[in-house]
Amino acid sequence: MNALEVSALGFAYGARQALQGIGFSVAPGTFAALLGPNGAGKSTLIALLTRLYDLQQGDIQVMGCSLRQQPRQALRQLGVVFQKSTLDLDLSVEQNLRYHAALHGLAKPLAHARIDEELARQQLGERRHDKVRDLNGGHRRRVEIARALLHRPRLLLLDEASAGLDPASRLALNQHVRQLCRDEGLAVLWTTHLLDEVQASDQLLILNRGRLVAQGLASQIGADDASLAATFARLTTCEARA
Amino acid sequence: MNAYWYCLQGIVQREWLRFVLQRSRFFSALVRPLLWLLVFAAGFRAALGIAIIAPYDTYITYETYIVPGLACMILLFNGMQGSLSMVYDREMGSMRVLLTSPLPRAFLLASKLLAIALISLLQVYAFLAIAWLYGVQPPIWGLLSALPALLLVALLLSALGLLLSNGIRQLENFAGVMNFVIFPLFFLSSALYPLWKMREANEWLYWLCALNPFTHAVELVRFALYQRLSLSALLICLGLTALFAVLAVLTFNPQHAALRRAN
Repeated sequence: MNALEVSALGFAYGARQALQGIGFSVAPGTFAALLGPNGAGKSTLIALLTRLYDLQQGDIQVMGCSLRQQPRQALRQLGVVFQKSTLDLDLSVEQNLRYHAALHGLAKPLAHARIDEELARQQLGERRHDKVRDLNGGHRRRVEIARALLHRPRLLLLDEASAGLDPASRLALNQHVRQLCRDEGLAVLWTTHLLDEVQASDQLLILNRGRLVAQGLASQIGADDASLAATFARLTTCEARA
Repeated sequence: MNAYWYCLQGIVQREWLRFVLQRSRFFSALVRPLLWLLVFAAGFRAALGIAIIAPYDTYITYETYIVPGLACMILLFNGMQGSLSMVYDREMGSMRVLLTSPLPRAFLLASKLLAIALISLLQVYAFLAIAWLYGVQPPIWGLLSALPALLLVALLLSALGLLLSNGIRQLENFAGVMNFVIFPLFFLSSALYPLWKMREANEWLYWLCALNPFTHAVELVRFALYQRLSLSALLICLGLTALFAVLAVLTFNPQHAALRRAN
């Protein structure tokens, strides 16, 4: 069973078609990079995947549960890190995590154990009582990842999670998520517009002007970084001209 | 069922934490009604004679008359402030965390309303305690019997606030709510003057006040504080709470804002 199955997905803002005929799947343990220039429709896709927007056309299944017919079961399997930080800056790391655990209906003892575990895994145990406002960007992202994993999802969505981080933090975050993917068998959908965040073994999805213009192994789409960049530029520029 | 309980606890706890962190919000919520009680009421005491009207059994001071209205004023401002925080959460993105919970959206919003209402009650009782020390002393059991009435009114005004916040596109537009919602609701009600007094002044004003939901909220609390029940006020408040809550849930959709922007 695929962790994520998107079929014939379409979405329009009034007369403007933002997504059209999107179809792809992500298997458990796969790191899928969704690449697209600004305005390609990545954020709309994430809003649909997280049920922030209602489905207009097509369907999304998370671990076999349709977001249209079984939204609660589907959302239980989903962990999300949004592009814009959604942490409460005035609360501590632990208070933010507790709030999230409660929203997923975790009992206090279980939530406490999971928070301990996730903070240890993110190497943030020492910072649990710090206010989020006092953390740097990289640490805040780690808190958001810890939060997204508290309810043990099978699919992790990261919407431009590295935006605003310095190069070292960006690399560390990318490697950390890849490790989670390997160690936990977690399916990851990582949206970005930065080519250097993509590795040859990744499943690559290129989105442009609301359409999926390429999908497959990154190594098949572009044999190396230079050819991947060239392919990406060609696909997105040609589509833009068209 | 436990998941719902843990979720509700979490939402109430978060509102409480935010309330504790914003102590100035607590004091500013108290300053407003206290100014009315200690300054405005003192000045108007001589000018406004209050006849014996239900639920009072005797002549009362003007301060005694306006205390229920001022308690509801706290709930009104808090309800609107709650909606302001909803708009803020929506703009800042933290609303997304709430909405990606697997629990039903209606339950999440209802929990949020209840959390806002419970925090408001704390402020109302702090105000009633100060009013008590000042000499406005309803029956001690009245303070307890007023609790469900105050909770219902808090829910009513929070639901109204949420409904309004659904129509507000940006945080900046919230100032309009102050001018077009809070002030008319408060001043065109029985919070500061009895309805018969309004009728003496102007028949139209009287009808505006009589039709104002806030009037019924104030009367429900006024009667409850004196261990009496205003059935009509209770039914109106129950009906309006249900109506506003249902409308607020139905119109709450983060997609609407995006579609409005696109159009």
